[in-house]
Amino acid sequence: MSRLSEAFSAARAQGRTALVCYAMGGDGDTAALLRAIDAAGADVIELGLPFSDPIADGPVVQAAATRAIAARTTLRDLLSMASGLRLRAPLVAMGYMNPVESMGSRAFARALREAGLCGAIVPDLPLEEAQPVRDDLAAEGLDLVPLVAPTTPKERAARIARTARGFVYYVSVTGVTGARAALPEDLEARLAELRAVSSVPVAVGFGISRPEQAAALKGKADGVVVGSAVVALHHERGVDAVAGLVRSLRSAL
Amino acid sequence: MAKALGLAGRVYLKREDLLHTGAHKLNNTLGQALLAKRMGKRRVIAETGAGQHGVATATVCALLGLECIVYMGTEDVRRQSPNVVRMKLLGAEVRSVDAGSRTLKDAMNEAIRDWVTNVRTTYYCIGSAAGPHPYPVMVRELQKIIGEEIAEQIVDAEGRLPDAVVACVGGGSNAIGALHRFVREPSVTLYGVEAAGHGLESGKHGASLAKGRPGVLHGSRSYVLQTEDGQIAEAHSISAGLDYPGVGPELSHLRDQGRLTVLSATDTEALQAFQTLARSEGILCALESAHAIAALPQVRGALIAVNLSGRGDKDLGTVIEALK
Repeated sequence: MSRLSEAFSAARAQGRTALVCYAMGGDGDTAALLRAIDAAGADVIELGLPFSDPIADGPVVQAAATRAIAARTTLRDLLSMASGLRLRAPLVAMGYMNPVESMGSRAFARALREAGLCGAIVPDLPLEEAQPVRDDLAAEGLDLVPLVAPTTPKERAARIARTARGFVYYVSVTGVTGARAALPEDLEARLAELRAVSSVPVAVGFGISRPEQAAALKGKADGVVVGSAVVALHHERGVDAVAGLVRSLRSAL
Repeated sequence: MAKALGLAGRVYLKREDLLHTGAHKLNNTLGQALLAKRMGKRRVIAETGAGQHGVATATVCALLGLECIVYMGTEDVRRQSPNVVRMKLLGAEVRSVDAGSRTLKDAMNEAIRDWVTNVRTTYYCIGSAAGPHPYPVMVRELQKIIGEEIAEQIVDAEGRLPDAVVACVGGGSNAIGALHRFVREPSVTLYGVEAAGHGLESGKHGASLAKGRPGVLHGSRSYVLQTEDGQIAEAHSISAGLDYPGVGPELSHLRDQGRLTVLSATDTEALQAFQTLARSEGILCALESAHAIAALPQVRGALIAVNLSGRGDKDLGTVIEALK
C-alpha cells in the first residue's frame, strides 16, 4: 500500500479524519515550516512547487509562488532540502505541468523518489493526458493524485477515481484555491458519491481555512486539505502561528 | 508599398483592418457569442492583449444582450487605452490584471480563474488559437474565412493562388485563419512572422516558434518561451497582440512538419514598416500587422498575399512615443 494511502488509514484507525496541509516551497524558511507542520500533527503534507502561472490558485498562493520564484527557488533546491528532513508525515509535491514537462516526467519522478517524496498532484494535467506521468511515477513507486471538481460528471469522476493512486483530491468549490466563507450545500453528497466509487481515500480541499469548517467535514471525507490559510499565516505571522493552526485543525478532526 | 520595400513580386493586402471594430477578431467573437447564447450562458468573459479581441467581444455582447467582462494586463491597459475606452463605451467591464508581466498571458490566467469559478453561468470567449481544447480548433474554424477569402479573391484578380501567404503570429488566430486554407496547397509557401522585440538574441521578444521549447501553457502543449526549469518567461513586443510567450498548437505542429516558415521582425523594423505602409498606401495598420509587412523582403514568390490583420488607430500613442 502506498505511504499516502496508509497515512489516511492510520488516522482513521485512531478515529480521526486525516489532516493534509499545504506549504509553498521557497516562500521563507520551508524546512522550518515543514518541520513545524509535521510536529503539529499533519497526516500528509503537500509541498507546493512554485510556478509562474498558477491558474488553479487564488491570490494567496499566487503571491507565495511569486515570492518563491523571486527568491530564485528551483525544483532541485526544494527537493534537496526535502530529502534531509526525515518527516513523520509523507510529502506529496503539488505543482503545475510545465516544470514537469520541462524536466521530463521520468526525471521528475526519479528526483521525487530520491528526495523521499511519495507522489505528485498536478492540477493542470487532465485525465486524458495523465497516463505517461502516472506510469513514470508508478515506476518509481510514487502516486499521481488526481483531482475531481464539483462540475466533473459522475461517470468521469468514477473513471478518475479508478486511475487514482494514493488518494483522490476532491475540490470542494468551483474556482481557485483560497479561503471561503461557506462551502457548497451538496458537498457531503458529492463526497459520499465519490467515496462510493473510489478504492483510495478521498481528501477534500479548496476553500477550507478554519477549524469549524474542518470539524463539519469530520467523517465526511477521509481527509481535509488546508492550504491558503497555512500559506497566509506563515507569511504574516511565522512558523509558530502555523503550528498553532495545524494543532487546532487536527483536534477539530 | 512593394516598390518602397524593393520587392520584385506583386503583393495583395488582405484587409481585415476594414472589418467592423478594426481587426479580424470579430470573425471569432461573433461565432463564439452565438454559441454562448445557444448554451444559455448570460455572462461572457474574455482576455485581451491589444484590446482588439476585447473590443470585438464587447461589441457582439452589446449586439446580443450579454454581460461582458474583459481581463487585460495593466501594461496593456496603459499602452492600448483607446481600446479600453471603446470596451467601456460598449458596456463591458474591463478588469486590469496586475500580475506577472501584466500583459496577455496574465490576462488569460485571470480569465481562466474566473471561468473555473463561474463556469455554470459563464462562457469564456478566447481570442487566440490557443488555450485548452476545443478552443484552438474552434478559433481556427471561425477565422479560416480569412484564407478562404484570400483564395477566392486572388483567383478572381490573378487567376491563380498566391505563391506565398504571410501573417504575423502572436497567439496565432489571424495566422492560422489566413494560412489554414493553404496547408494542403503545396505550391503556396506559408510564412508566420513573430515579434523579435529587441532582437531574437536579446531575450526580450515574443518569438515562441523560433526560440521556445515544447511546454504546457493555458491548457495546450505547444512552443513556449520558458526558463531552464520550466517557469514561463516574459515575452516582449512593441505590439501588445504579439506579446505572448506561447503560440497556438496547430502553428507549432505546422512548424514541426516544416510546412510553416517562421520569420520575425524587431520592434524597430515593425515601426519602419508601419510608416512605409502609411506613406505608400495611405493605410495605418496595427503594429501587429506591421510585423508581417516588415518581413516581406524575406518572402519569396511573384505573387504574395499578406494578412493585414488590424488597423492602427489603437497604436498611435505607442507610435508617437517610439518615434520621439
